[in-house]
Amino acid sequence: MASQNLQSVPAELSPEEQEREAAGQAYFDRIISEDSRIEPRDWMPEAYRKTLLRQISQHAHSEIIGMQPEANWITRAPSLKRKSILMAKVQDEAGHGLYLYSAAETLGQSRDKMMDDLIAGKARYSSIFNYPAISWADMGAIGWLVDGAAICNQVPLCRASYGPYGRAMVRVCKEESFHQRQGFEILLELSNGTPEQKQMAQEAVNRWYAPSLMMFGPPDDDSPNSKQSMAWNIKRFSNDELRHRFVGMMVEQVRVLGLTLPDKDIRFNEETKKWEHGPLDWNEFKEVLAGRGPCNSQRIERRREAHENGAWVREAAAAYARKQAQKESAA
Amino acid sequence: MIPNDSPTSQARPGTPVVVAPTPEETPWSLWEVFVRSSRGLSHVHAGSLHAPDAAMALRNARDLYTRRNEGVSIWVVPAEAISSSDPDSKGSFFESPQGKDYRHATYYTKSEGVKHL
Amino acid sequence: MTDKATDFAIEGHGDISVGVSGAGASGDGSASATRITPGNALRPEDIALEIRRGQVKPSDDVAEFALRIGDDALILAQRLGHWISRAPELEEDVALGNIALDQLGHARSFLTYAGAAWGKSEDDLAYFRSEPEFRSAHLVEQPNGDFAVTIARQFVVSYYQYELYRRLTESTDATLAAISAKAVKEVDYHRDHSAQWVLRLAGGTEESRARMIQGFQLIWPYVDELFEDDELTTRLAESGAAVEPSSLRGDFDRLTGEVLAEAGLDIPKVPQALGGGRRGKHSEFLGYVLAEMQVLAREHPGASW
Repeated sequence: MASQNLQSVPAELSPEEQEREAAGQAYFDRIISEDSRIEPRDWMPEAYRKTLLRQISQHAHSEIIGMQPEANWITRAPSLKRKSILMAKVQDEAGHGLYLYSAAETLGQSRDKMMDDLIAGKARYSSIFNYPAISWADMGAIGWLVDGAAICNQVPLCRASYGPYGRAMVRVCKEESFHQRQGFEILLELSNGTPEQKQMAQEAVNRWYAPSLMMFGPPDDDSPNSKQSMAWNIKRFSNDELRHRFVGMMVEQVRVLGLTLPDKDIRFNEETKKWEHGPLDWNEFKEVLAGRGPCNSQRIERRREAHENGAWVREAAAAYARKQAQKESAA
Repeated sequence: MIPNDSPTSQARPGTPVVVAPTPEETPWSLWEVFVRSSRGLSHVHAGSLHAPDAAMALRNARDLYTRRNEGVSIWVVPAEAISSSDPDSKGSFFESPQGKDYRHATYYTKSEGVKHL
Repeated sequence: MTDKATDFAIEGHGDISVGVSGAGASGDGSASATRITPGNALRPEDIALEIRRGQVKPSDDVAEFALRIGDDALILAQRLGHWISRAPELEEDVALGNIALDQLGHARSFLTYAGAAWGKSEDDLAYFRSEPEFRSAHLVEQPNGDFAVTIARQFVVSYYQYELYRRLTESTDATLAAISAKAVKEVDYHRDHSAQWVLRLAGGTEESRARMIQGFQLIWPYVDELFEDDELTTRLAESGAAVEPSSLRGDFDRLTGEVLAEAGLDIPKVPQALGGGRRGKHSEFLGYVLAEMQVLAREHPGASW
């Protein structure tokens, strides 16, 4: 398997340690080559652990920050049914963040530390959540396009070689199966509604289309880490593969919606049997990733505020638990 | 116990506060959650969560892991209370049963075709 | 109703399969921790269907009463919904989300039923009434404040709602009884949630205790209004469709008193506010709550969402 020899053994190890490392590496390589799963207490290359920790924590952060654009519309949802659905969806995202933080914790990083990194602006999350949700139709477009892209990404991750990550993704995917459909239905309802509603829907699709394609990450030739992730069975498909597949699905679905995708270059390439899309503005992607998106500071500030406003509550519960434990041991 | 250990907790929207992360803050501990999906079945590991104590861990587990009718009963266990087999000895620890086919019904071929056996 | 139990399937994603065979899968086998089902319970949609079929229709009195308790649940859900993504810990985002969803569900059922008396839908009632037409109590209109204020409000409202719904399960109005039978179980959990937090905040740190006391100070003036009788409730009590709110007070005082005593808290000695929500006289807060809730629906009257 390709992961062999990527991990050089540090020189200062004793012969016994070196032997143990080599045995661990051999065991790890065998598990990966058998497409089996690595579990938390297994030996793993440091680079594998770091890669996973980075990916899982970014994924968790994306769920948590991703709550904000939608939470922005909970209080204004235009029907009580839609309000229930939206509330349940945003709540699910908190749950998904939780599952993922738990998976990351098995790699030896505390959730507190991850949260601190996020608030300190040291951690990344999906840059799409730095765009504002300015109309109700954005709830539809986020569900249909953003969750649609997320699901495309996540379904193969159910088979990620790291057990806790795969298991978390199974749960997330099961729960998210309603997220995309509810978004689609919002858009369908708007598209079949008044001319103003239909326009609202089209504008939202126009806004979220390109950012959702960019959620799959940079093009393959500009994605240096992808190859290693695929060798480790963390990623199963390349960024471009998933992106093309996603475009193909959207082309079909947008017809049912009676809307259009803002991309005149979409076509099915008969030779490669792949869907192709028009050029994406990767400069903008990098700008937003670097913190210059419309909502970057707003999103972090909101998370900071919630976390810090909750500090006294968390501390109170911890103090109460300590006192109760003391009482019990004294009794 | 330092009561006023969270200078930031007074923060209001729009009031930027210079924050030193509160070093005294005690993180809620990690709990493992096991859910029985219906009567007659075992509790199965569902995932983890954070909680200050067992009572809250149970409630958090109810809210987090049974939102879609997943369970009729929940166990929560402090993650640190779980003892686990040593991953390094996985070979020697688990290989002994291999080869002991006589523990399995399929080993006994001569009785094949005999009814109710 | 049919059994809607279904196991999970990811559909519509081309040839990407979950493929969770082998190690790492927790979604297979009979003892699954992720088997999900919608379950069977009375939903607002079921009530709307019964109304359309002409199977149920409330009397004017019952409709007016359903409007009151529906409005309480609606405004409370609107308040609680604001917490999602702002709670003290992620686990609490999920907990408050569940409570808000329960309340919103109750609101939808009660409003759907109430609306049947006047040919209006839940959304007509929620989005196209003005302040004086709402019947919510001042308690649920109070702002979220910090977490302690929200917990104080939850504590009062859930103990009140529990006593109310418990009795309404025996209402002579079958729909009111059925909605309450579903709601009372959910509200029972809301009681537990708020009581757990009252104990922890009161018995946690000095700061949390001070905040809990302050929370009750702010919320307690709005307790009496919940238990006021009027001509409507007297008529309904006589017919057996509902109960006099004053008849709930004894149990409310006893049960809340037990928790407060365990938490070492006194019942705040604060004057009781005049109230008037049931007559359409509201706090200043309600106007803002409605402005936010209704803005989009009112921009597009008659639209479907």
